[in-house]
Amino acid sequence: MLQTTQDRRDREVITPALREIAADWSADQEVFRHTHWGKAMMWIFLLSDTFIFSCFLTGYMTMRASAVLPWPNTAEVFALNIGGQDIPLVLIAIMTFALISSSGTMAMAVNFGYRRDRRRTAGLMLLTALFGLTFLSMQAFEWSKLIFEEGVRPWYNPMGAPQFGASFFMITGFHGLHVTCGVILLLIIASKVARGDYDRTGDYSAVEIAGLYWHFVDLVWVFIFAFFYLW
Amino acid sequence: MKQDLSNADVGAVHEGVHHPISLYLKVWGYLFLLSTLSYLVDYMHVQGIVRWTLIVLFMLLKAGLILSIFMHLAWERLSLIYAILTPPLVLLVLVRIMTIEANYAFWTRAIFMGGGG
Repeated sequence: MLQTTQDRRDREVITPALREIAADWSADQEVFRHTHWGKAMMWIFLLSDTFIFSCFLTGYMTMRASAVLPWPNTAEVFALNIGGQDIPLVLIAIMTFALISSSGTMAMAVNFGYRRDRRRTAGLMLLTALFGLTFLSMQAFEWSKLIFEEGVRPWYNPMGAPQFGASFFMITGFHGLHVTCGVILLLIIASKVARGDYDRTGDYSAVEIAGLYWHFVDLVWVFIFAFFYLW
Repeated sequence: MKQDLSNADVGAVHEGVHHPISLYLKVWGYLFLLSTLSYLVDYMHVQGIVRWTLIVLFMLLKAGLILSIFMHLAWERLSLIYAILTPPLVLLVLVRIMTIEANYAFWTRAIFMGGGG
């Protein structure tokens, strides 16, 4: 009997990683004890936020698929006239690049945070916030163009399906709100970094946690860009 | 004492995450490239199934890069990774249900409401 159990165990191919999972979850309510509590909490918040944004995007899918009036061509709606020529979707492309750049600077800020480089961390976070503000101002421009020039409302759209207005303002509005909160968070944490708060406690985790939130905002934009603007 | 312990823990976790800055610049470059490519899909007027495939492909690649490198998920413990990545899979069920619902609503409108919105 003992012999067969031993044999079976030998034949089992259990990777160390799976063993680690089993060990973590068998530790009852302390599954994430190896992770900084703030980081685990941020991840759980981001998971819930994933569901909120997914509900919006699924709602958009449902409305668009069931609309009988034509859906506006986003490439034309979000075109900009540059040098007497309409370039499709150019504003959205620039916004995308601004947000990606902000994610890049944030990732580097987190890295310098690990190295306890106070000055560079604060500087890069400030740069990230500036990219965020650039994104927000372009979004404000986009919104005012759509509201005042095209006459789009959450309940009405002169170019076709009224559901376009509803989903556009809801999805980009909620995302913009996230960016706004992110900029405020970044500025607060950056000022704390610059002041040397984290050098005193010796714990730069706040930078990484703020970074997680900021990257998530960029991540959501990837999906909005693909499904709302490009589809 | 508790504070010391948690700090020691954090230090241990972060030990393996001393990546060179060039890694982030590289990922940044890839993200720029992928964004440009997905923008070109629209600019070149690629249509139909090729368009949707390319858009979703570039989207997933970008999301993967951001999640794994920028958000450091590639270096987290597997328990955390699974706790984060598996729950969103149920969203596929929601999407499936709402596809059926949208189809039903569309045909109801088209047949019984004279195609009006």
